[in-house]
Amino acid sequence: MPVRLATVLSCLLVTSSPCRPISLSPCLLVSLSVRSPVDVRAVDKPNDAGSAIQVEWSLSPDDISIEGYIILRKTQKDTVYQRIGSTMPGVTSFEDDETVDGETYIYTVACSKNGELHYAEPSNPVSSRPHIFHTGRINVLIAIIAFTGLLAYFVSKARTGQSLYIRQIPGLAAVEEAVGRATEMGRPILYVPGLGDIDWTATIASMNILGEVARKIAKYDTELVVPNTWSVVYTVSKEVVKESFISEGRPEKFKEDYVRYLTEAQFGFAAAVNGIMIREKPATNFFIGRFWAESLIMAETGAQTGAFQIAGTDSVLQLPFFVTACDYTLMGEELYAASAYLSREPVLLGSLKAQDIGKLVALFILVGFSIVAFLGLNLLSLLNVQ
Amino acid sequence: MKRKLPLAICFLMGIVMIVQFFIPHPVSLEFGSVIYRWVIVLTAFALVLAIGNLIRHHTYKISKRKEDWPYSIVTLAGMTGMAAIGLVWGVDPESLYQKIYLNVMAPLGATMFALLAYYMASAAYRAFRARSLEATLLLVSAFIVMIGFMPFGQYIHPRFPAFAEWVMQVPNMASQRGILLGVAFGSIATALKIILGIERSWLGGKE
Repeated sequence: MPVRLATVLSCLLVTSSPCRPISLSPCLLVSLSVRSPVDVRAVDKPNDAGSAIQVEWSLSPDDISIEGYIILRKTQKDTVYQRIGSTMPGVTSFEDDETVDGETYIYTVACSKNGELHYAEPSNPVSSRPHIFHTGRINVLIAIIAFTGLLAYFVSKARTGQSLYIRQIPGLAAVEEAVGRATEMGRPILYVPGLGDIDWTATIASMNILGEVARKIAKYDTELVVPNTWSVVYTVSKEVVKESFISEGRPEKFKEDYVRYLTEAQFGFAAAVNGIMIREKPATNFFIGRFWAESLIMAETGAQTGAFQIAGTDSVLQLPFFVTACDYTLMGEELYAASAYLSREPVLLGSLKAQDIGKLVALFILVGFSIVAFLGLNLLSLLNVQ
Repeated sequence: MKRKLPLAICFLMGIVMIVQFFIPHPVSLEFGSVIYRWVIVLTAFALVLAIGNLIRHHTYKISKRKEDWPYSIVTLAGMTGMAAIGLVWGVDPESLYQKIYLNVMAPLGATMFALLAYYMASAAYRAFRARSLEATLLLVSAFIVMIGFMPFGQYIHPRFPAFAEWVMQVPNMASQRGILLGVAFGSIATALKIILGIERSWLGGKE
């Protein structure tokens, strides 16, 4: 009690004016020792599925000495507030994610010290609702529309018969040679579509390349082995290879055994692929898709068996391993360009051009925004995706 | 019709899922989660086909006495044995299934992973032979990073570790980001090409 009295007296010295008498009632003792938070605001949480309200406030001037903030809520028809949560000192926001959509709520925030609460003025009435459009993703929408526009423009340009220059990609130029080599040697071709499931874009790109490679294989009458780690990828790659043989007019040459399911275990798969390479001695190995730590185990075994190897991945961490152990490596975007490059279809080549222009635009935006950021205007936050 | 139907389904689902990304409404979220549940169901069906392929391949190898056919017996015995143990005694943390997995499968996987060190040494030997300018650059930068990240690095020069860190954070990071930017655009282009039916290699090519 003497300590508390001393605190109050020191407060009085600082805050009271000599012409305003202050009685030392217990209530005033409290109000003088700790000041409540102010400016409590409540808003419906933006871009959500409803049932959430964000509460914000300004810190109590005595924030440094309090134990924390208590957040309380009541509906418009209630008379008393109910405690719904708490925060540490220094925090100015709280998310109430247990609201009923359409119901109007009023919030208040209290700071607590020595078990006593010091209430702020109540907030504005607010109610939550689900949102129809995510405004935090409008930048993505603009990018998709712009890119689709570019794609449509270059595809239509390609359809008119205009020739589009596409640079030479050595790894893809070597595919014909790789298939021919296997045919001459009378040995199979191994095509590993990576360890990513079908929801990885690299796996989908790999399926597109597999389609083109399988067409060449059907034409040259070579054996093919496609080991798979995921059941869905197995069924897709089987259909892709089968359709390629049909489209080349050689459905009778397709064998069920060309496409195999091995295991979902990462290193079990690597061991099984190594076993295939050592037993069946493929003349050419393709490692195209998404790879992780097993990449070098497989590529190095292939190099030791003397196979001609072409790899392609968008995994930057595995690229050095493939560059080291394979004859040709498709780096990043080359993987996505492969299908167009191999098929030489004008429409697909047009889409590659759109990709290049899109990249150029992104580069200009990044450089421009960075320069503007140096001048003190941060536009880079416009690129954030929520 | 055989081509048009998958293309139509792909276009429809692609557009619907893009639209779903922009709508945070509970109906949209519920639709998204229903689609993901369907993916799980489809995966289960695909797994039946995949297991069928595995059994067919290995029984064929055993029946024809192909090279190394006894390994096929081990594969089939392992697969059916583990499935039976899991079905009969369950897969709880204390179950026999988990014991076999932790004491056989996990160490075998770890062994394969450990072999990576030897594969790295073998690949590094081939890569680091300074036969060209690129290989020499690779050798020099690898030397700087390796020595810089070792405690020994700071005895060569107090700023050597910081220089190794700079090599990783500036030239290395810049090239990685360049590749990633290309990957991002490639991914978007591939997705759009498939959704819009421009890319048809997955259906066996043109037409």
